[in-house]
Amino acid sequence: MSIKKISKTQPDKFEFSSQNLEIAKKIISNYPKGKQQSAVMALLYLAQRQNKNWIPLVAMKYIARLLNMSYIKVYEVATFYTMYNLSPVGKFFIQVCTTTPCMIRGAYRLVDACKKKISNKQNELSKNNICSWTEVECLGACVNAPMVQINDDYFEDLDKTDIEKIIEQILSGESPKPGSYKGRTCAEPKNNRKTLVNLKNA
Amino acid sequence: MLEDKDRIFQNLYNDKGTDVESSKERGDWLNTKDICLKGREWIINEIKSSELRGRGGAGFPTGLKWSFAPKEIGSRPHYLVINADESEPGTCKDRDILRFEPQKLIEGCLLASYAVNAHACYIYIRGEYYREGEKLQNSINEAYEKKIIGKNASDTGWDLDIYIHYGAGAYICGEETALLESLEGKKGQPRLKPPFPALIGLYGCPTIVNNVETIAVVPTILRKGAKWFSSLGRPKNTGTKIFCISGNVNNPCNVEEEMGVPLKELIENHAGGVVGGWENLKAVIPGGSSMPLLPKKICDTIKMDFDSLIEQKTGLGTAGIIVINKDQDIIKCMARIARFYKHESCGQCTPCREGSGWMWRMLERMALGEASREEVDMLMDVTKQIEGHTICAFGEGSAWPVQGLLRHFKKEVLKRNDFDPLINKNKNIPYLVDQHLLEK
Repeated sequence: MSIKKISKTQPDKFEFSSQNLEIAKKIISNYPKGKQQSAVMALLYLAQRQNKNWIPLVAMKYIARLLNMSYIKVYEVATFYTMYNLSPVGKFFIQVCTTTPCMIRGAYRLVDACKKKISNKQNELSKNNICSWTEVECLGACVNAPMVQINDDYFEDLDKTDIEKIIEQILSGESPKPGSYKGRTCAEPKNNRKTLVNLKNA
Repeated sequence: MLEDKDRIFQNLYNDKGTDVESSKERGDWLNTKDICLKGREWIINEIKSSELRGRGGAGFPTGLKWSFAPKEIGSRPHYLVINADESEPGTCKDRDILRFEPQKLIEGCLLASYAVNAHACYIYIRGEYYREGEKLQNSINEAYEKKIIGKNASDTGWDLDIYIHYGAGAYICGEETALLESLEGKKGQPRLKPPFPALIGLYGCPTIVNNVETIAVVPTILRKGAKWFSSLGRPKNTGTKIFCISGNVNNPCNVEEEMGVPLKELIENHAGGVVGGWENLKAVIPGGSSMPLLPKKICDTIKMDFDSLIEQKTGLGTAGIIVINKDQDIIKCMARIARFYKHESCGQCTPCREGSGWMWRMLERMALGEASREEVDMLMDVTKQIEGHTICAFGEGSAWPVQGLLRHFKKEVLKRNDFDPLINKNKNIPYLVDQHLLEK
């Protein structure tokens, strides 16, 4: 169960942009007639993307009206799932995986780097208000541990210098390159591949 | 070692493209129509005789599951739901299938939908796999354009629509009934079974829920034959499996191997060995974090398949192998797993909601050596209170790793936590909520 703080300052108005409204309609049409409630997760996420990476309460009310469901049901969903941010986060939101497979490969060194470079506490904005970080549970890239997720992208096979470089890039306004930082394209054993070798050389 | 020609996921390392054309070169989509023309009965029987067991963790026979779906479509439509909510720590196999072998999954969706009479298929992807979902959506769009899915898919006369549904970071949605709740737009809290989803599932309609890997191997089995598949591995544990080897190994990797491959071979041959050598091995978690760990002595000889691991009171699970060497603190590792379950408990059943927190706090103290002798047995008692007292199997999943620790490393835990009960000690234990009780 996620414990999420609802932001104390809330905007008064929220509406989907016309482009997002089209996307929302398309998503609703993916589900059978009368089952539009199924679209609530996708619409909440869409609202989050539109509203600088967090969901205000008015957006939940708006989505409830759009899907013809009660506000409390939307609120329930928004507070249940961890990926919905209910208070503002940085434009670059760094999620450090610290579950056991990452932990034993040194994920807490990444946490230390975040503490040093961004902010001492989780979910606190950096000095220039551009980025924040948080510890999360397994992100499902254990073979590429330790790793972080920044917005939509995975950054894999990191060590302390890699993450420090990434954070410095972010703080200075650049977008760092996603993917493996040990030169792997996927989850192959580095320099030790024993399978499907013919395909590689073909 | 498995020969390359017998590997199902030829593009596991993304050497070739993921589009329909290059997938055809690997054998996908070649005679899909002929397979469908052989009929539903044939498909289900072929999967049954291949002895394919679900790759999502529980290892339930897939053919049997499919045969539970009603034979004819009644008043309610049928659904196929693909579980791509891969969140088990140590597991990252489905991610590679979504990224690099999407056409195998899509073709599997068509064949499975045909077999269970479903016209709509939902793929539930975990929300963090945003890029993987994008890639899969592109592949689905391409498949629609090539008319291999959609109306009259691949000229079979069967209509199939495939939709992607994103999760939003809840481990519990990997449980099939919680996944269905989530798909319906509710909190992901598991349902009571029975009724089973095969009869009353998504929107109250017959629904078959399968893991990504299970569905992705179906086309190859039907093409190469059940005999070929069941000739790999050993009876009841047939075929190949993608193993994810992570943790303290020199070359962490995903690799497809035959079922029943020795664990030592997987680690030494494919993953470049344990960091510090085999002698430096402390323990291995064989099937994702919810499966009890195995100490080195058992790892020397254990074979990786469902039944061999059950004999050792653990399980193959998702085949996410987490290697832990002697440089790590095993109690701390398990405490972190307990924290994972505390965070991910859906809160529906009291034993799991409260017990997972208990286990975490006790293990954290045990890692620091702040627990008393009695508490070690108390921890075991807590796990027994959770096991079997929850709606879904994930409650057991939170208790098993702790039981595994106490089964194999109790001496070590006791050595570190060998003092008298807390109440006799004048010690400041920050984790104890009722500090004032210690005041004189």
